[in-house]
Amino acid sequence: MKTVNQHALPGPDDITRGILPNGITVLARTNFNSPSVVIGGYLPCGSLFDPDEKLGLADFTASALLRGSEKRDFQKIFDDLESTGANLSFSAGGHTAGFTGRCLSEDLPLLLDLLVEALRRPVFPGEQVERLRAQFLTGLAIRAQDTAEMASLTFDQIVFEGHPYAHPDDGWPETIQAITRADLADFHRIHYGPRGLVLAIVGAVEPKAITRQVEKFLGDWTNPFQPELPVLPELKPLKKTVTRKVKIPGKPQADLVIGTSGPRRKDPEFMPASLGNSVLGQFGTAGRIGEVVREKFGLAYYASSSLSAGIGPGAWDVSAGVNPGNIQKARDLICKEIARFVEKGVTTEELADSQSNFIGRLPLSVESNAGVVNALLNIERFDLGLDYYRRYPHLVQVVTPEDVLATACKYLHPDKLAVAIAGS
Amino acid sequence: MIKPYSEHRLANGLKVLLKEIHTAPLVSSWVWYRVGSRDEITGHTGISHWCEHMQFKGTPQFPSSVLERAVSRDGGMWNAFTYFDWTTFFETMPADKIDLGLRIEADRMVNSLFDEQEVASERTVIISERESSENEPYFLLGEAVQNAAFRLHPYHHEVIGDLPDLKSMSHDDLYGHYRTFYSPGNAVMSVAGDFKTSKMLARIRELYEQIPPGPKPPRISRPEPAACGEHRLTVEGPGETTYLDISYHAPAANDPDFFPVTVLDSLLAGPSSLNMFGGGGLSNKTSRLYRALVEKELAVSVSGGLGATADPFLYSVVITVHPQRKPEEALAAFDDEIKRIQDERTPVAEITRAIKQARALFAYGSENITNQAFWLGYAEMFAAYEWFLTYLEKLAKVTPADLQKAAQKYLRPQNRVVGTYFPTSAEVQA
Repeated sequence: MKTVNQHALPGPDDITRGILPNGITVLARTNFNSPSVVIGGYLPCGSLFDPDEKLGLADFTASALLRGSEKRDFQKIFDDLESTGANLSFSAGGHTAGFTGRCLSEDLPLLLDLLVEALRRPVFPGEQVERLRAQFLTGLAIRAQDTAEMASLTFDQIVFEGHPYAHPDDGWPETIQAITRADLADFHRIHYGPRGLVLAIVGAVEPKAITRQVEKFLGDWTNPFQPELPVLPELKPLKKTVTRKVKIPGKPQADLVIGTSGPRRKDPEFMPASLGNSVLGQFGTAGRIGEVVREKFGLAYYASSSLSAGIGPGAWDVSAGVNPGNIQKARDLICKEIARFVEKGVTTEELADSQSNFIGRLPLSVESNAGVVNALLNIERFDLGLDYYRRYPHLVQVVTPEDVLATACKYLHPDKLAVAIAGS
Repeated sequence: MIKPYSEHRLANGLKVLLKEIHTAPLVSSWVWYRVGSRDEITGHTGISHWCEHMQFKGTPQFPSSVLERAVSRDGGMWNAFTYFDWTTFFETMPADKIDLGLRIEADRMVNSLFDEQEVASERTVIISERESSENEPYFLLGEAVQNAAFRLHPYHHEVIGDLPDLKSMSHDDLYGHYRTFYSPGNAVMSVAGDFKTSKMLARIRELYEQIPPGPKPPRISRPEPAACGEHRLTVEGPGETTYLDISYHAPAANDPDFFPVTVLDSLLAGPSSLNMFGGGGLSNKTSRLYRALVEKELAVSVSGGLGATADPFLYSVVITVHPQRKPEEALAAFDDEIKRIQDERTPVAEITRAIKQARALFAYGSENITNQAFWLGYAEMFAAYEWFLTYLEKLAKVTPADLQKAAQKYLRPQNRVVGTYFPTSAEVQA
């Protein structure tokens, strides 16, 4: 079995982790090979808090944080960032709002200052809010014409019906229109705070200096209003296959998404599901799905499967872009592969290939500062332990074909699939 | 100064560039061929890209299923790209596994099978790839603008090719293209990462030097004459959003004017990332066009792009028009900004700022070994690696006078194509 140079991977001996008295978690790892620094992080204020009539509020709020603060207006914020070749952006997902930024190491104090201002003291100028609204609405008009996005969105509506995960994080045109400037300010005042804030910094800086700087900038932040995350309803499993079509005229290509919901990231089935998914539609040029849909029948340029496990259950699906005349053929082939996967699982050889791939690609995934930041946030978000990446090869190697088959049978039911199609 | 890389020429003409980087246990190896869509004649558009796809269909030694399995098992990343001037193939692997990548590229330089059935199934895959692009208004508009900008030069067609050609090209056409252009004498190899140069070079000699040099194919030489008037066109298609594509004929990458035009792009539309992998980009919210168009609510986004090409290509600005505005209003404000940069000397501080941005983007790109190996070969396709190494210096030498002269020379209405995508407002029906 494959071995990996352990020292190339982040571990307890080179990750610094600290928790400030107000609840902020700071993770850091040094890399002096490049004169740059990457930061990333999240707070528990995602779209789960969106009211139904104002879907998109969390994402709108996150995007508006850099539109003006007590100390700097919009142009000043971006003048400071762009003049130094730095970058900073915010967006919201379901459970969290996240941020990412990078700069030359000499400019880290500036980047942290801008981050902290955006988090703590945004002012949401009315003119900027309207400008942003127009950009959001244009983005949604473009989304409505995007066959892949509309198929994916429709798929989520089938699989997560009655659950907040059915809602798009960026809302709908009418819900974006309904959001006021005061809504943004209120959302920020109530939800943004130190509890649950995680910040990872990787690059040409000393961890102790990082902790000191974060403490200086964020150590005195409090927010007594920060609510607990809403309790999520149980997901209702599909009772039969449900098919929905979205017509988007004039498009030479249609997209289809077929699948169901998979495990949560912390479930014991995650690794078997992940390896099984690799065999099904990832390994090489997209596993069995790629082999059949693209290589054998030449139906699609892209056809693959994905597993998006998060804090809650994520989608486990197969997607492909095909000529509208080939939708039924592609659908039949994909469903047949899913059925075969559930009935027979994977061979020892197929599993060994994917295990070898998972372990072998680790050094590449943590090659850059941005890759290490993602790894650190992954460790923290899912409570994986600082030694996770050192243990990872073992966690991959212990999975058996029987584990994969049992996981496939638990989650994928060929007669109870969601099928979403978007196109002309 | 000691050169941070080494350069070698094998007996069969293959140029090899090696750069040791010991920051991660990885090696990235690339083979570049001087063939792309500019080498295609009418009736055969898209043949270079299709040929690139066929390189993944196997050789007697590495049948296609063995190929992808072998690379993926080792945790490697591999892919290929076709552009106007070149086609390239790469593998980034754990350092102790790179030999597989070296063997695959040596093998498929001459031994690809081009099986008839594989050609047939790949034809529909490539047509599907084109249909996927045609779903995007950006692609439809960009293609129309490119067609209008080049009447003679083969940069006039998209890399993917035209549909009738994709339907009609034969197996023999494809195989003939492969045999003509894929040879050591028409290739450059670039390898960066965690290796010892002497050992790597010895292994490359062992694998590649025995391959016959092959023909040295000539390139089509049909220089585009100077544009003699503005060209305007419209494209209609589904959607609710209007786009503008304003493209100026621009200097080739090895033309000294390329650097002032790069700075112009940075000032007008924000700094562009040179990195193909892992570099990320910068926002452009303080660029002149963002302020004039987005901040004035005439547009919701604006971006600029200047490709590094062997022959003169285009400098393009793409504007997503604000839903409440007309494209002519956005174009008028755009023209005011162009006039300003032509009429007024740019303060030195603005140029200094552009250099700092470029320096940061360089630093970000250097973290990624795949990106480093990419640049080692890419620059050879239009100049030489020195071009990349001295890029920041050349930018730093641009003066306000150079900038003004370049703006006056290139950003003239007579030198451009203005394309507008008008949406036909198709309704989405659930």
